[in-house]
Amino acid sequence: MKEEIKEYEEKLNAYLIKELLENAPQSKLKKAAKKTVEEYESAKVDPGEAVGLICAESIGEQGTQMTLDTFHFAGVAEMNVTMGLPRLIEILDGRKEITTPMMEIFLKHPYSTGKNVKELAMELKQTTIGDIAKEYSLNIADMKIQIILNEQKMKNLKITISQVGKAAEKLTKAKITTENNMIEAKLKDNQDLSALYALKENIHDVPVKGIKGIRQVLTVERNGEFLIITAGSNLKKVLELEFVDTERTTTNDIYEISKTFGIEAARQAIINEVMRVVEAQGLNIDIRHILLVADTMTVSGEVKGITRYGVVSEKSSVLARASFETPLKHLINATLVGEIDSLNSVVENVMLNQLIPVGTGLPKLKVKND
Amino acid sequence: MEQKTPEQKAIEEKQSREKFEASTRYVHKKVGSIVFGILSPKMIKKMARSKIVTPELYDKEGYPVDGGLMDVRLGVIDPGLRCKTCGSKLKECIGHFGYIELARPVMHISFIKVIHTMLQCTCKDCGRVLIPEDKIKKAKSQLDKIEIEEGVEARRDGVKDVVAAMRTVNKCPHCGSKQEKVTLEKPTTFMSGERRITPIEARSRLEKIPDDDCWLFGLNPAAARPEWMILTVLPIPPVTVRPSITLETGERSEDDLTHKLGDIVRINQRLFENINAGAPEIIIEDLWDLLQYHVTTFFDNEVAQLPPARHRSGQPLKTISERIKSKEGRIRHNLAGKRTNFCARTVISPDTMLAIDEVGVPIIVAIKLTIPETINEWNREYLKKFVQNGPTKYPGANYLIRPDGKKKKITEETKEAILEEMQPGYIVERHLIDGDIAVFNRQPSLHRMSMMCHKVKALPGRTLRLNPAVCAPYNADFDGDEMNLHIPQTEEARAEAELLLEVQTQLISPGYGGSAIGCIHDGISGNYVLTKFLEMERNHAVELLCSTGIFDFTKVPNKKTITGKEVFSALLPEDFTFHGKSKNGDEVIVENGKLIKGNIDQKSIGGEGAGAMIRALQKQYGSQKTIELLHSIFKLGIETLLYTGISAPISDIDLPKPAEEKMHLLLSKAEEEVNTLIQQYEQGNLEAFPGRTVEETLELRILEILNKARNSCGSTIKEHFKEGLNSTSIISSGARGNILNIVQMAACVGQQALRGKRIDKGYHGRTLSCFKRGDLRPEARGFVRSNFKIGLSPTEFFFHSITGRDSLMDTALRTPKSGYLYRRLANAMQDLRVEYDGTVRDANGRVIQFMYGEDCIDVSKSEQGTIDVKRIIKQL
Repeated sequence: MKEEIKEYEEKLNAYLIKELLENAPQSKLKKAAKKTVEEYESAKVDPGEAVGLICAESIGEQGTQMTLDTFHFAGVAEMNVTMGLPRLIEILDGRKEITTPMMEIFLKHPYSTGKNVKELAMELKQTTIGDIAKEYSLNIADMKIQIILNEQKMKNLKITISQVGKAAEKLTKAKITTENNMIEAKLKDNQDLSALYALKENIHDVPVKGIKGIRQVLTVERNGEFLIITAGSNLKKVLELEFVDTERTTTNDIYEISKTFGIEAARQAIINEVMRVVEAQGLNIDIRHILLVADTMTVSGEVKGITRYGVVSEKSSVLARASFETPLKHLINATLVGEIDSLNSVVENVMLNQLIPVGTGLPKLKVKND
Repeated sequence: MEQKTPEQKAIEEKQSREKFEASTRYVHKKVGSIVFGILSPKMIKKMARSKIVTPELYDKEGYPVDGGLMDVRLGVIDPGLRCKTCGSKLKECIGHFGYIELARPVMHISFIKVIHTMLQCTCKDCGRVLIPEDKIKKAKSQLDKIEIEEGVEARRDGVKDVVAAMRTVNKCPHCGSKQEKVTLEKPTTFMSGERRITPIEARSRLEKIPDDDCWLFGLNPAAARPEWMILTVLPIPPVTVRPSITLETGERSEDDLTHKLGDIVRINQRLFENINAGAPEIIIEDLWDLLQYHVTTFFDNEVAQLPPARHRSGQPLKTISERIKSKEGRIRHNLAGKRTNFCARTVISPDTMLAIDEVGVPIIVAIKLTIPETINEWNREYLKKFVQNGPTKYPGANYLIRPDGKKKKITEETKEAILEEMQPGYIVERHLIDGDIAVFNRQPSLHRMSMMCHKVKALPGRTLRLNPAVCAPYNADFDGDEMNLHIPQTEEARAEAELLLEVQTQLISPGYGGSAIGCIHDGISGNYVLTKFLEMERNHAVELLCSTGIFDFTKVPNKKTITGKEVFSALLPEDFTFHGKSKNGDEVIVENGKLIKGNIDQKSIGGEGAGAMIRALQKQYGSQKTIELLHSIFKLGIETLLYTGISAPISDIDLPKPAEEKMHLLLSKAEEEVNTLIQQYEQGNLEAFPGRTVEETLELRILEILNKARNSCGSTIKEHFKEGLNSTSIISSGARGNILNIVQMAACVGQQALRGKRIDKGYHGRTLSCFKRGDLRPEARGFVRSNFKIGLSPTEFFFHSITGRDSLMDTALRTPKSGYLYRRLANAMQDLRVEYDGTVRDANGRVIQFMYGEDCIDVSKSEQGTIDVKRIIKQL
């Protein structure tokens, strides 16, 4: 830290100091720092500012200009991403199941050069028996199913017949026998025909290879390195893989991030995801507003959506909750517990025609007549 | 001594109270908190002023019947009558409760679920919870955990399971009596096996539950004893809650609630009589059920299993819960949103002669809206002039208010007397005059800039006028938009409006820290034309400046011809320095108040986040000066265009013959290419892209070819679309439109895309019946080869309409979705505020952020969300 700027160190934040040091010539540094402090002080928020409402306005107003175009093509037929307003709603809802989970898997050095990326990617993709089956035949007389597998596909995916057999044995209640490129599933005890059909469906979905939830993979080159983009997400399992760069690999499923990395990571994920939507739409929302939403959603220690079940349900005021949605439910519950509304927040005071506790409602000043 | 009637007594009481209140005029009461709970029968009786015994409403003279539902003790809704309880007249009396004694108890529909769990989980004889003493504690902690995690409701749902898991046999662990299963036969009947549990029995069972056990069910016995959930007396809401309307015919039409209450009282009376007369059990039970039905629908007329009570016309009654619920209900419609007086709404129109912070108010509005002004020694004569003018001559006054609150209307007749009466302390409600404060608003109010404070300017005409520079923050245009005007009535409100809402204070958007207000349309293109092309004689320049209201010509150089840049510079302050970029990326340099380089366009003076020059002006000279400058810049633009003239003639999109032929060739070639592709596909010779089917590949390649064709059309047009054309100026200044519009007019409208694909919907295998099945040619899949100037062929027109409708749908669907998102955000975050220590906290004091936005910067005071250190250094 340079001498000239030392006295301002505490008054400015790291970013501004960095800017100063980078841009100001030595001779002007002190003067510039002084002026910066002045401007910084004058640009600070006033106490009582209703920042929450400003945040809601900024996001809400820009939201009306978003497109409803749900899908953004990413190359392969099944790979599309929800973008625009529906995605924003999804993020802010704090949904546990999102419509298009997606991962960006970065690779460790030797792998990221592009050699064998396709194979690595295929290893991730979840393959079920259905994917490699060529032909099913139901033998009703013996109550068994014969599945002929596509050898070419199996070869591509490096799956052996015995693997398939083991996987099927594990997940179905049938007796499995394998032979050449055919597996045979026989029901253990004499059950009726419907059980056989159920077995067929079951066997169809038996995973043989890959990671659960990864439906589709795509390799892309970005800034000179290769990475894998997947449809479907399973952060925990993917991070366990040896070739994955655990520091940069990410998913767009916020709930999953919160489970794997904790709440701080989830907060950052919300910010990143919202920013991504906002930028893709070419909109202009200051990051402070998004920070505030993300913080509101995560203060309690878990991801809570901006819904009547999430953030709003945590309000202490009965009337504030009732003014949002399902008023009767809130009022009736309040009577049963004998709740006391101490009128601390905004709406209740609007309802009662009293000063609201934000902005100019905070100082208790009145005009003295006469 | 003379005996006083209750009415007289009440009036006397009221008078003495009013006297007291007048002596302490500025004492304000504040509600500290609201406690919720169930009314106990005792409480209901205590707060009631009248026992309702008869369903009759009025006697023969039309006077409310004593003990009827419209009893004057419950409040008055007729002018002239006085309330027997408080002595006040109509509108003063807030109304008082009454009650009915129910002949038999009935269930309260809203609590039926709770009653059910309580009956299920408690002993029918001793009222204790059906789990052994030693396990109660465990159950409690289990339920507390549920409550913390999922809320009280989940606790109430959970009680059943917890108790069921812990009880051992069908015997009460406390008194040993045998228990039976209680089932709920919806909506309101409880059964114990085959036997019905009457409300009487249920109530006596609930009475037995000790207070300690109530807590287990998430019930606070102090606020809600379980037996209070079964009604023995019913409170009657005051008449002011259910006012009747007098129709034009003089007939009275009662409120839905009154109808319902009438039913209840009638059935209650019949039940009572039948019980007294010793009628057979079956009749009594039927009446009892009927009473239950009426009481249930009185509370909630949308119970799933019950037919809703209806009017004679068949329309369902709107009873208590329907009144509270939904957007039109009490809470959202009347409590969270309120109506105001002193407001106006009408169509808006533009007026560039108005200052940016002014609003033009029609005189007919200005004489209706008033401002109260207290008379004192110094303004008496001034205010007398208003009174002298009376209510019809502008600027006049409409009312005089005496210190005791009596309001006197000023008319031609009373004028003289009022002039005499006027003295300090009286208040005159005078008409709006120029310079008064008004709050101007356009819905949807999505921003804080949707409600700004303007200064009134009374004008002839019938529309509200505003400067077009503020169209952007209001999102207003003049195709019939209406806006609202509010006149603050107290000094506090006016001060607040002026300091916080005035246009100057809203220059910078809190959403992104850019200028929200700026020039639009002609204001931009005018300045562009001026700074780019124009040169004029000095006297001409002076004339131009004069017409924009600039009379200081010292900045206009003393030479024969003056460039447009020099004219523009005449507006800028002497020491203004600005470095920016124009729309096409060229530098714009202003040094010491002189525009040296570059053209002024939307990037410099536009609104909605553009307007870098406006932002710089604001930073350097403050808001007041900035809007004055903005105003003259805007006017300069318009005056320039008045001087040069601007229009977008059709000749602007005329192309020279060779260009047109080139375009034709381009498109034909593209079509040919596509056709060969289709042929290849049909013969099976088309090679698929990796990971795609052949069909997809074909589609992609066709799209590519067609887009390329349109793009090369575009570049041909750009070649011919020379600078100096009016349309070019309009487009390249950023005032309106873009080059694509020109391409569509002059060359080719292009491929119509639906959901990112060519149009493939319609009939089986084809889009329209005039094509063959499987026709993949461009013209059969929505490629519009014509341009708007030539006109579209019928099929092209149809395809164009498809995409037009699709985008219309998109907007229609998006609006409510984003509106709901906004409502949720606003509701969830409205009580977050910055504390004096810089933290962001919610209403409970819980810290959301330790430092707002991690650096405490207010976006609306920042430059694009930061402090521009580079600029600071440059300015030193």
